[in-house]
Amino acid sequence: MAVEQDQIVPSRPPITWRQGLADVPWWLLIILAIIVVMAGRIIFDPLYRDIFTTILQGLGMTLYVTAVSFVFALVFGLVLGLGRVSSNVIFRNLAITYIEFIRGVPMLVLIFTISFAVVPLVARSFGLPNNMISLSTRAIIALVLIYGAYIAEIFRAGIESIGRGQMEAARSLGMSHVQAMRYVILPQAIRNVLPALGNDLIALLKDSSLVSVLGVREMTQVARLSVSTSFRYEETYFILTLFYLTLTLVLSLLLQLLQRRMRPKG
Amino acid sequence: MRRPAAEPMIQIEHVSKYFGAFRALDQVSLKVNAGEVLMIIGPSGSGKSTLLRCINRLEVPDAGRIVVDGIPVTNDEAKINAVRAEVGMVFQRFELFPHLTVLENICLAQQKVRRRSRRESEQIARQLLEKVGIPEQADKHPGQLSGGQQQRVAIARSLAMQPKIMLFDEPTSALDPEMIKEVLDVMLALASEGMTMVVVSHEMGFARNAAHQVVFMDQGRIIEQGPPALIFGEPQHERTRLFLSRILQ
Repeated sequence: MAVEQDQIVPSRPPITWRQGLADVPWWLLIILAIIVVMAGRIIFDPLYRDIFTTILQGLGMTLYVTAVSFVFALVFGLVLGLGRVSSNVIFRNLAITYIEFIRGVPMLVLIFTISFAVVPLVARSFGLPNNMISLSTRAIIALVLIYGAYIAEIFRAGIESIGRGQMEAARSLGMSHVQAMRYVILPQAIRNVLPALGNDLIALLKDSSLVSVLGVREMTQVARLSVSTSFRYEETYFILTLFYLTLTLVLSLLLQLLQRRMRPKG
Repeated sequence: MRRPAAEPMIQIEHVSKYFGAFRALDQVSLKVNAGEVLMIIGPSGSGKSTLLRCINRLEVPDAGRIVVDGIPVTNDEAKINAVRAEVGMVFQRFELFPHLTVLENICLAQQKVRRRSRRESEQIARQLLEKVGIPEQADKHPGQLSGGQQQRVAIARSLAMQPKIMLFDEPTSALDPEMIKEVLDVMLALASEGMTMVVVSHEMGFARNAAHQVVFMDQGRIIEQGPPALIFGEPQHERTRLFLSRILQ
């Protein structure tokens, strides 16, 4: 007896309310709810408002340190990353030495070392007075030197993720190694590592709070100074936390939008 | 003209290549004349792709000498780039640049290596897309094309450099069967125009219709060489016979 062919039915199961509930990004809603509640207190409670406006004065410095450090760290990281994958033994080993050195020391220690030992040493060797380089500049130098090493590893991974055939195809068309890198490998590698670079930008924003130890008047330092006279620990640190949480959330949403727009075709 | 008419376009003399302890090429010598279509067949691991890749120095031979169009292929970076600009290569996996459109793929090396203007290179690119039969795909990205179309773009990209020699490294083995013909048709047209071609492939139809010489390689050596009718009709060596009987089934 011939078995009748089953009718082909589109097999998408109906969306149940259970599944619908499971798919809601609850974590985001909870964080947004916390932000809204805190915002409410800031609007209606004068004490909260005072602390909010105090910390707000450090926001500019936080954003400035983060943005400038990130731009220079990208450039430095790209150079280091290219050195890391170079076929030249000297370049490669110099890059690896630097990267491993940085990655082997805690960030806070590096910030102290670079700001109070390396920068003065270099300044002195150029015959410059020690106090010529401001603390915020030292903070940026430190973050660039540290994050350059982390970003170099991201670029290395990105370059290595591009198959050997791409380089061969470019070279077989007569392009030099540098041309092939610039026009074929790097554009693809950079697009591949955009999410990772975005994560590092967010991490850098958070780590910029560490430069408060240098006395740079960014948000964390402003909050610490405020607490030292007001003794309003709870309010101040909750609001400081809220600042960072909001910034990282906004930044990660912006980065997601950017990535969606840059998604390769096909 | 650097090259007297009698000198072969590609001259390979006693070339050996090792990968670790594995001997990929063992004292291979071969000549390809201008306008000749040479096909290399052989089991996998026989060294045919390695030999092809030595011609434009994607692989560096451990011993022996290769002269392409009168230029010895040595470690001299400038000479290697000069040779590579004259030698087009088509890869098994196409290796189009996925971040560029089809048109940009064909224009990139023209502009950066041949120093052609944007306008001139685009004009050449469009002519070549017409030639390989996909002028309407110019503004798409490679990922939006079928395998056969991608390989035809790859051929156009190589031809844009106006090479004297075209190397094909298993150009149809990554393709679905129904797309093989469109690529072979382009290759046949090239052969009939007198392009010097070295083709690593097992496409017997192409060998019969277009090849002047067929080389059978095994274990890094050339076992026998001759016109396709001879190699396929009356192979002299047992290994050739065995190999042909396997792939012709």
